[in-house]
Amino acid sequence: MGFKEKILTKSIYVFHLSSGSCNNCDIEILDCLTPRFDLERFGIVLVGSIKHADVLLCTGSANRLTIPRIKKLYEQMPKPAFVIAYGACGSSRGLFKDSYNTGEPLDEIIPVDAYIPGCPPKPEATIGALVKLIGKIRAKKGK
Amino acid sequence: MKIAEQLFLFLVFPGLLFSATMGLFVGWIDRKLTARLQWRAGPPWYQNFVDFIKLALYKETLVPHGAPKIIFLGMPIVGLAAATLVSTLVLVSNVKPHSGFIGDLIVVVYLLLIPPLSLIIGAFSSGNSFASLGASREMKLMLSYELPFILALAVPIMKSGSAIRLGEIILYQQSNGTLIASFSGAISFFAMLLCVQAKLGFIPFDIPEAETEIIAGPYIEYSGKALAILKLTKSILMFVVPILLVTLYFGGLAFSAAGIVKTILSYLFILILMIVIKNTNPRVRIDQALRFFWTVITLLAVISVIFAYLGY
Repeated sequence: MGFKEKILTKSIYVFHLSSGSCNNCDIEILDCLTPRFDLERFGIVLVGSIKHADVLLCTGSANRLTIPRIKKLYEQMPKPAFVIAYGACGSSRGLFKDSYNTGEPLDEIIPVDAYIPGCPPKPEATIGALVKLIGKIRAKKGK
Repeated sequence: MKIAEQLFLFLVFPGLLFSATMGLFVGWIDRKLTARLQWRAGPPWYQNFVDFIKLALYKETLVPHGAPKIIFLGMPIVGLAAATLVSTLVLVSNVKPHSGFIGDLIVVVYLLLIPPLSLIIGAFSSGNSFASLGASREMKLMLSYELPFILALAVPIMKSGSAIRLGEIILYQQSNGTLIASFSGAISFFAMLLCVQAKLGFIPFDIPEAETEIIAGPYIEYSGKALAILKLTKSILMFVVPILLVTLYFGGLAFSAAGIVKTILSYLFILILMIVIKNTNPRVRIDQALRFFWTVITLLAVISVIFAYLGY
């Protein structure tokens, strides 16, 4: 683990994108910032602009309206950037697998680095996924 | 030799390196105290340094399509240079009260205007509609706080015998007691504190960068190194503006054993007061801010000037 990986994993700015979710995952994301879990302890903050972000946290089953926007946002992210699929819908379209409107899951649109299953995932699951993502970034050294 | 000494002053000791380090540390105090006030644990002390290194070294710097590259990327540097110059001027005046020149307080006031101004120009050049909205709000906010700020600043100047020099104000307070202890000084300090709150973009007056409504306002299109420089500018201002207030109202920085304790206490008093105001107030609208500054605060500043004229 080099200096760069250490710096990248100690300060993570998260951009939260809702690609047509039912708002339940979005509330659970905000739960992670409350006093009980307080992700700012690890340098994780939510940012408003995609240009500041390191991690794209995508909730909801990507539908025809949001797929171009997801691609656009991913292209606008300053690299190195990572993507987390949040919730059952984000990971695999969940309940809306056979819908006319949700053509493809998120990981066929943009590269996804971590998945968080659950409907909605518990804050513990979110923290667990972030720990796995941090492990993945730190293992990447040399690439 | 003279140039080398001045470069050292600007780049290393009271200037860029020192004030950037202190600024990032003060930024941590802000984040930690905010977290404690919200019953959270808060980030570790090196958090702002890590954020800065990450943005400055490892993140891509993007320039939006159609934005003039030189203006968009140059304006953060102009803001940083102005903020550094403010900290150099204020700290050198504190260390050597006799070294300043006549009118250095006016220079400080003008230099304090440059960081928001450069941010406005950079934001307009990015071509983003949210950024223009934020920049226009920043401009209105500047118009609203600048009048009471200068009026309140008149009190220390009048009290110290109308010499518009930082060193003169410090020397006056060394022989006659601090200005905050006088009646007009206390009122003017209160008006100044709220103007500074707006100058630093702290919460009741963080209208330009309102994260929940216009995303990050002027900062929206900045990324990587440019964002790092903007954050650094903000941190330096957060470090140096309370020092300016200590200089104007609490008798400046003292370097004797008892003086250091008093200096640190008065500095922390101002800083913590600002952070507590920030954490206990909701954001106001831009018209409310304008009305507040042009009526209540301007009135307070005028009253303090009248009392200073009468000698209280």
